[in-house]
Amino acid sequence: MSMADATPHSTVPAAVRLTDIHKSFGLVQANRGATLEVARGEIHALVGENGAGKSTLMRVLSGMYTADSGRMEVNGRDVTGWTTADAIDAGVGMVHQHFMLVPTLTVAENVMLGRELTKHGQLDVARAERDVEALSRTTGLAVRPDARVADLSVGEAQRVEILKTLYRGARILILDEPTAVLSPPEIDELWQVLRQMRARGETIVLITHKLDEVMEISDSITVMRHGRTITHMRTADTTPGDIARAMVGRDVQLAKDHVAEERAATPHATDALLDVHDLVVTDARRLTAVDGVSFSIMAGEIFGIAGVEGNGQTELLEALAGLRAARGGTVHIGNAEATDFSVKERGHAGLSHIPEDRHLRGLILDYSVAENLILGQQDRFSRGAQLDHDRIMQNARTQIAEYDIRPADPLLPARALSGGNQQKIVIAREMGRSFQVLLAAQPTRGVDVGAIEFIHARLRRARDAGKAILLVSADLAEILALSDRIAVMYEGKFAAVLPRSEASEEVLGPYMTGAAAEHAA
Amino acid sequence: MIVLLFLAQTLRIAIPYLFAASGGVISERAGLIGLGLEGYMLGGAFCGAVASYYTGNAWLGLLGAVVGGVLLALLYAVTSIRFRGDQVVIGIAINLFASGATRFFLRLLFHSSANSPRIPGFGVEQTGTGWLAIARNPLIWIGILAVAFMAWLLYRTPFGLRVRAVGEHPAAAMSVGIRVARVRYLAVALSGALAALGGAYLAFDQHQFTAEMSAGRGFIALAATIFGRWDPVRAALACLLFAAAETLQIQLQGAQVIPSQFVEMIPYALTIVALAGVVGRAVPPAALGKVEGL
Repeated sequence: MSMADATPHSTVPAAVRLTDIHKSFGLVQANRGATLEVARGEIHALVGENGAGKSTLMRVLSGMYTADSGRMEVNGRDVTGWTTADAIDAGVGMVHQHFMLVPTLTVAENVMLGRELTKHGQLDVARAERDVEALSRTTGLAVRPDARVADLSVGEAQRVEILKTLYRGARILILDEPTAVLSPPEIDELWQVLRQMRARGETIVLITHKLDEVMEISDSITVMRHGRTITHMRTADTTPGDIARAMVGRDVQLAKDHVAEERAATPHATDALLDVHDLVVTDARRLTAVDGVSFSIMAGEIFGIAGVEGNGQTELLEALAGLRAARGGTVHIGNAEATDFSVKERGHAGLSHIPEDRHLRGLILDYSVAENLILGQQDRFSRGAQLDHDRIMQNARTQIAEYDIRPADPLLPARALSGGNQQKIVIAREMGRSFQVLLAAQPTRGVDVGAIEFIHARLRRARDAGKAILLVSADLAEILALSDRIAVMYEGKFAAVLPRSEASEEVLGPYMTGAAAEHAA
Repeated sequence: MIVLLFLAQTLRIAIPYLFAASGGVISERAGLIGLGLEGYMLGGAFCGAVASYYTGNAWLGLLGAVVGGVLLALLYAVTSIRFRGDQVVIGIAINLFASGATRFFLRLLFHSSANSPRIPGFGVEQTGTGWLAIARNPLIWIGILAVAFMAWLLYRTPFGLRVRAVGEHPAAAMSVGIRVARVRYLAVALSGALAALGGAYLAFDQHQFTAEMSAGRGFIALAATIFGRWDPVRAALACLLFAAAETLQIQLQGAQVIPSQFVEMIPYALTIVALAGVVGRAVPPAALGKVEGL
């Protein structure tokens, strides 16, 4: 389907028309000939794998980046090379994936920042608060104008982001992966707000890689791959499979398809390989983050923990991995009482760990692929006090082939690889050694569809080989696709623990927001 | 009588701290470490003395001090914002540079390695408890006003809101069209001007410039900035606390109760205690010391 015949109203100028946009960062070409046409009053999904250049293209449109070449039109006006301030003046607002809110300021202060209201040269906070309140009422985005942003939930913070762009008079709203941090009820609420905006004639561009969202909310779709625009289609005329094929460039098996493929076999043994009893962990601010959690994972079982991020999952994983001391409770790995084990001792006891943030904990970006593949296992790859270079290279070549890490060059710094391939290095290292228990935290975050498929297959294979796997993911579809049992974590506790057969998005959603737990209490 | 004397001396000692700490607060709230305060003070004292000497007018001398402090601050700002140098390293370099440059020009202009000739200043012969001298020294009033001005600027004006945003989440400020670098340059220039006034106070009080006359006061002001949790009024209270400790030490000197070195440690010891989170948690601006990524 070509761009031209998909454009609905050729007489009205398109809200956005980007032509042949090029943008490079050093040697990385983020956009190479990207094209986008968005009709006025539609919800337009911009989809593509991670690193396809979607966010870059939208940052160019919002004035944050200046394109190296190409032409930009908004409502028929040539706006090539404009600044953030120009874009805001012309009614283009962007809600970034990582919130652009100052946590120490109040909601009203954040909303007026850069467009400050003044009275006699002084900030008029009272008027800003009244304005925010009025805007809250008309849009249904409820939030207290005098609350500090740091005290808000993620969902509320996102409302502030949207309010902020609307306050600046945005008629074209760009949202970058807005649902990544939201619970299902919050997502429904967001869709409602977006539909209302569309009904008022406003234009929305939604960056996402979740195909079910695309199908649910969008009117039309632009697919990007490797910095280029691949195709433009009407949502009504397409299927998730078509979109995925366009995104990846080949057929893929979607995570959703696995949901039906319920595993007949039950966990191998009754032996718990990981046993956690009444674990209490505090966070960096010394507040209780994990509040008395108990569970066991059997051999051959994937235990999934769902929940909105920030409900103690990170601290739970850090405590299990030995990165953060537990305040109370016990941890057994196999038969060993491992509560006070160091990271190294846990490794010897059979624990492997795919950390949630591969840049913070998973990799040393300036080290080569080969070096990253032996991090933490350097003892196995040394002779006396020296590293055994030959064995390290041999290991790297084996792992690169086995896990399909691209480009297949062991000496390349990890930084030079795409997110998906970086993640494969971590997976290869942690699953390529002997282990009994695997902590898999956000194993496919920021990873493209093809790599997700691959990583999921590896996790299933490890489970079938009798390993115990703890899966923590913000992606509910992933939890549902892989887990044998599912716990929902809310405010440091398990709000529910359900077998896979009783779990669904509809069932888990209320537990994620604490709504269901309150009823139970 | 004793109490009045004590308070008067405390205030006189506190004034240069108040200036420099106000400068420290605005610089750090914008995300730039105030390690160069010591250098701005010394540079300000010297430029103030030179301008005052050649014009014969203390007020023009103040203008000279501000120019000197702003120039040093801009040197720091350009190297750390534009060229993304490490702020700790540049801050130390600014202090060493100020120390060397003032000695160099002291010799060049006044043929002395120790001090300048007598200059017009604001210091008045002290009588009684010293309150008369205080009332007659305009820099004392300006110093107190600087604190109020800083609190007003930071919390009540659009510029202050932008400073707070820029020091906490520069990318967010940029995304709403704020020119982050410009806000930072202005904040650092202002910190240079304020610290330089503190330096000028020292020179004008003694009617001469003396080599190394800032004598670590910039660092005490930085300690007060941190101890005051980056708030202008709390930082000013910290300045008064440190000045009171110093006054106590001076007055107890004859008595030999505690070694003076211990009293000199108080500001730093309290700062360490504050940073360790013993009295409430001191959370610095999130982007303090970081310029990269913009």
